[in-house]
Amino acid sequence: MSGLALTDFSVARGPCDVLQGLSLQLGAGECVGLLGPNGAGKTTLMRAALGLMAHRGGSSLSALPLAERAKTVAWLPQAREIAWPVTVETLIALGRLPHLGAGMKPGAQDQAAIDSAISRMGLEAFRTRVATQLSGGEQARVLIARALAQDTPMLMVDEPAAGLDPAHQITLMEVLAAEARAGRMVLGSMHDLGLAARYCTRVVVLWRGGIAADGPPAQVLTPELLARVFQIRAHIADGPDGPILQPVGVV
Amino acid sequence: MILAEPGQLISISRISHDPNVSVMLEEARRYPINYGQGEEVFRLSPDLVLAGAFTSSYTVGLLRRLGVEVAQLPIANSLDAIPGNIREVGLLLGREVEAEVVVAQFEADLASLRADRDRATRAALHYANNYTSGENSLAHEILTAAGFANIAAEAGLSGGGTLAMERLVMLMPDLVISGQPYPGASRSEEVLRHPAMEVLRDRHAAHALADAEWVCGTPAVLRAIARLVDLHEGGS
Amino acid sequence: MTRALLPLLGVTVAVLFAASLMIGPAGLAPVQALSALIRGDALAETLVMREIRLPRAILAVLVGAALGLAGAALQGYLRNPLAEPGLIGVSGSAALGAVLALQSGFAALHVLALPGAALLGAVLAVLVILALAGPRGGSITLILAGIAVSALAGALTSLVLNLSPNPFAASEIVFWMMGSLQDRSMTHVWLAVPFIALGAMVLLAQGRKFDALTLGEDAAASMGVHLGRLRLALVLGVASMVGAATAVAGAIGFVGLVVPHILRPLVGAQPSRLLPASALGGAVLVLMADIAVRVILPTRDLKLGVLTAIVGAPLFLHLIYKTRAQGL
Repeated sequence: MSGLALTDFSVARGPCDVLQGLSLQLGAGECVGLLGPNGAGKTTLMRAALGLMAHRGGSSLSALPLAERAKTVAWLPQAREIAWPVTVETLIALGRLPHLGAGMKPGAQDQAAIDSAISRMGLEAFRTRVATQLSGGEQARVLIARALAQDTPMLMVDEPAAGLDPAHQITLMEVLAAEARAGRMVLGSMHDLGLAARYCTRVVVLWRGGIAADGPPAQVLTPELLARVFQIRAHIADGPDGPILQPVGVV
Repeated sequence: MILAEPGQLISISRISHDPNVSVMLEEARRYPINYGQGEEVFRLSPDLVLAGAFTSSYTVGLLRRLGVEVAQLPIANSLDAIPGNIREVGLLLGREVEAEVVVAQFEADLASLRADRDRATRAALHYANNYTSGENSLAHEILTAAGFANIAAEAGLSGGGTLAMERLVMLMPDLVISGQPYPGASRSEEVLRHPAMEVLRDRHAAHALADAEWVCGTPAVLRAIARLVDLHEGGS
Repeated sequence: MTRALLPLLGVTVAVLFAASLMIGPAGLAPVQALSALIRGDALAETLVMREIRLPRAILAVLVGAALGLAGAALQGYLRNPLAEPGLIGVSGSAALGAVLALQSGFAALHVLALPGAALLGAVLAVLVILALAGPRGGSITLILAGIAVSALAGALTSLVLNLSPNPFAASEIVFWMMGSLQDRSMTHVWLAVPFIALGAMVLLAQGRKFDALTLGEDAAASMGVHLGRLRLALVLGVASMVGAATAVAGAIGFVGLVVPHILRPLVGAQPSRLLPASALGGAVLVLMADIAVRVILPTRDLKLGVLTAIVGAPLFLHLIYKTRAQGL
């Protein structure tokens, strides 16, 4: 089990359905960008698929028992909450909780996963710093490292790039793409179409409760779709470092 | 009630109907009670109000301003103060002769009870909240009149006051006389049933309760003394 | 430092426990006291040691541990350092339950009726607070809900005690609101032990789940934390400990606030490590307070809550100021 399958999937908020009857199959090795304007239901889709919200229809993840699910998928919520002034390493080590039995202490394998997550997010210098005293962007990277330390076949992240400086946005996307190349399934919601176009192997565009488009970025992110769904014009080109997509105006 | 002519007494305090503190409950039930509030007492338009030293000074002042005669009686802290109080009430009620009879009877009874005893048996009075009575208190005099030594006096207590349970236990009284528990629960009275007190109580075959008859300076204290004397002679 | 914390706290509890046994109006010499306690060789001394001082010292440890642990658990769950059983009305409601059981005569029917009623009062208060404060326990709603629950519980406690036929009951309002360990007995110890032990086991087992909640409810749930079960464990654990502690000692405030606040930096702010440390720290604080009330006013029953409030209230104000500055 290393993919996400949603079938006839609907989520209601109050009396109306935010998502209605959509189906989606995501497999291992895919780095999927979940796109859509504000309120399209990106967060709702991921939370409901994880079983954190009530939904109708099938989700291969929410069908799993809680403990099994925690070993299958790591989830980075959009709200970056760090309630207590713990150290960065302690916080990242929380990602190992699903792998620890009752009363078990973290072992060598756990430490290796923590160290690897720290090095992938470039946080070696912050290891002993107090997480709540870091800047917003640094906290975001620490929380992503926590999700990486969970070391699951699937990774779902909600606007991971928000608040990061350009260098860290690029580093993050490279990390996510590398995770996918290593055989994981990565699903991330994002607003930066340029990043999605360059790093994702596939993009899913949510609009009006359903999927407006699904496929490789070059096929999906057409001027017509950008105008219809996002109401923007964009400069689209192929550069030496890959595709370039730069929004330039509102329709 | 002992001294008054029939019809002379028109209302009595509500505590006379409280079985825990009233020594003349049966008689008291025949009289209407009041709650010691100025307004209700004034409505009864009495010629005289007998009040205690602890009656609210506001109430007493109010009644006096309204033209009601109020006499305040002192609290009897000793057996010797009782005849004085009886005579004063007799005077106020115009029943001096009857008062003298009561006083004579009281003094004779007291003298016959107050035989010389060795005071070797040491007793502790133990009320709620570890309250006890030392020297210069009516309860102390009742105890000593019956031939007991009072532990609280040994501990140097004068008048009423608290004696920590630890100190009471260390003084090892031969007899524990507990306060009578009121209905309803209270934490204050839990000390009466404390395991340490139970052990002390078990050391003496007899046990006693300090009840209504101990509280006020009336001839009823004689009944308390008489019961203690029985206990003293039965126990030693 | 952090590794040595628990042993250090344990030793402090032991030392204060011994000191608590040695202090009292009877003025026993330490050697004499110890021999009376262990060998039971002198009737009066043994009674003082075994029936008066020993239960008092044991209860100080139990009550302190219960309040410290309950405070740390509530804070871990609500992710708010202001959550405290006394301040949010859990202790007050437990006191109301206890008073109702005592005055209605229900407590006389069964030995477990008194702690059971206090537990029920505490459960209701925790449920109301959790419902009002919501999952994230925002400071303002938490404090306001706590004020409302405390005020209502306090008023009803006073009402019940004023209606009691017992003339002493009304004067005991202050005991139920401030707490005291004066003249408690082994009966009280046996009454409290099972509930406090059970509550402690339930709450200590949730340590890692509170850790996971550091990242918020969503992240915790995605890491395998069953939020519903955690909530149930919290309600039962806190109510059982605070209920039993309040039934025997009255409502002692601020212990669950002061202790976790002082110990949090020493355990690296990790909620799971704060739980056992706060239990020991609570025992230290209540033992110290109970020794202090006997040293300051040996002949009177000075209430423990007076001392804990004198220490705790300024700290509470400081914490409100700090959370306000953080915009919580």
